Amino acid sequence: MEYISLFVKSIFVDNMIFAYFLGMCSYLAVSKNVKTATGLGLAVIFVLLVTLPINYLLNEFVLKPGALAWAGLPQADLSFLSYILFIAVIAAIVQIVEMVVEKFAPALYSQLGIFLPLIAVNCAILGGSLFMQERDFANIGEAAVYALGSGIGWFLAIVALAAIREKITYSNVPKPLKGLGITFITVGLMGIAFMTFMGIQL
Amino acid sequence: MKDINLKETLLNPIFKGNPISVLVLGICSSLAVTVQLKGAFVMALSVIVVTALSSLVASLLRNTIPNRIRIIVQLVIVALMVILVDQVLKAFAYSVSKTLSVYIGLIITNCIVMGRIEAFALGNKPWASFIDGLGNGAGYGLVLIIVAFFRELLGSGTLFGFRIIPESFYEMGYANNGLMILPPMALILLGCIIWVQRSIQKDLQDK
Repeated sequence: MEYISLFVKSIFVDNMIFAYFLGMCSYLAVSKNVKTATGLGLAVIFVLLVTLPINYLLNEFVLKPGALAWAGLPQADLSFLSYILFIAVIAAIVQIVEMVVEKFAPALYSQLGIFLPLIAVNCAILGGSLFMQERDFANIGEAAVYALGSGIGWFLAIVALAAIREKITYSNVPKPLKGLGITFITVGLMGIAFMTFMGIQL
Repeated sequence: MKDINLKETLLNPIFKGNPISVLVLGICSSLAVTVQLKGAFVMALSVIVVTALSSLVASLLRNTIPNRIRIIVQLVIVALMVILVDQVLKAFAYSVSKTLSVYIGLIITNCIVMGRIEAFALGNKPWASFIDGLGNGAGYGLVLIIVAFFRELLGSGTLFGFRIIPESFYEMGYANNGLMILPPMALILLGCIIWVQRSIQKDLQDK
C-alpha cells in the first residue's frame, strides 16, 4: 500500500516538471511534436529507473555519514562528494545504456538517437537522485518506485505539452509571444491545473 | 582569435543574447528559487561564480582534454566548482543553503554552464572565457532577480524580507496575491518577460 501511494504521489503531487521545474531545458526544446516527445519521455523513465537505485546504494553504503562502517570507518562522512559521484554514475550509465541499445536494439536506437546522450545533463535525473538523498528512503524498493513514478510524471507532462504545441501552431498568437513565450505561459497554466493534486493525502 | 571584443563578450549575454530568454538554457534549476529575492540573489551569485570559474578551468585545459571524453571531463570540472560553492554556502549562509536545498547541486546540470564551456571556452583563451562565463552568469542572474522581484513584491508585499507595501494599504482592503507564490506563476512571468523583450527586439521573433 505504501508503495502505491508513493508511486501515485510521485507522478501527480510531486510532478518533476510542475512542482519542481526539473528537466525544463529538454522539456521545452524537444516538445515540438508528440512522437519525439514520447521517445525522450521513455528514455527518461528508463534512465531514472536504472540510475536512482544505483545512486541509492552508493549513498547508503559509501556517502552517508557513518555509511562506511562496514569498511571499519564509522566516523567517515563523504557526503560532500555526492554531487560528483552521482553525476559520474549518471554519465556512465547513460553511456552504457547507449552502447547496449545500439548493439541489441538498433531500431530503438535510431528512434531515440540524439536524446540518449542529452539525458546525462537532464536535471530531472540528477534531481531525482538528490531528492532521494534528501528524503532518506527506507529501502531500495522505495527508491525504485519513486524513480518509476517521477519518470512517468515527466513522460506525461512532455507528451501533454507536445500535443498542445501541435495544436497551438494553428492559432493566432501575438507575434512577440510566438514560440517560446506562449510555451512558457502554456506550461504555467498546465502547472496550475496540476496543482489541483496538491495537498492530497495518500 | 585575438580580436574578440571583451566588452562585447561581457555585455552581449546580459540582454541581446540572454541565456534564459533567448537561448532557453538553464531554466530547470532557476524558477523554483525565485519566490524570494534573497534566494534568487544567492542563486544568481552562485551561478555567476560557477560559470566563470568552470569556463576558466575548461579553457586552461582545452588543449589537453581528449575530444571523445570531453563531456565527462566538463561535468567533473563543473561538479567540482559546485561542490566548492555549496560548501562555502553551508559554512557562511546556512539558512539560505537550506532553502535552496537541491537546487545548488542542480547547477551541475544547468545547461548554461555546459553550453558555455562547449560553445566558447573550448575554443578561446582563458581570460576571454572567464569574461564570457561572467557575462552569461550575469544575464541569467538578471532574469532570476527580475522574476523574484515581482513574485516577492506582489506575493508577500516585501523585498529582501522588508515590508514595502505599507500597512495602510492592507487596511484599505489590499491583499497579497497568493497565486504569485505558487510555482506556475514563475513560468507565466518568464513568458511575459520574453514577450516584452521580443516586442523591443523584433529580430528575435519567430517567423
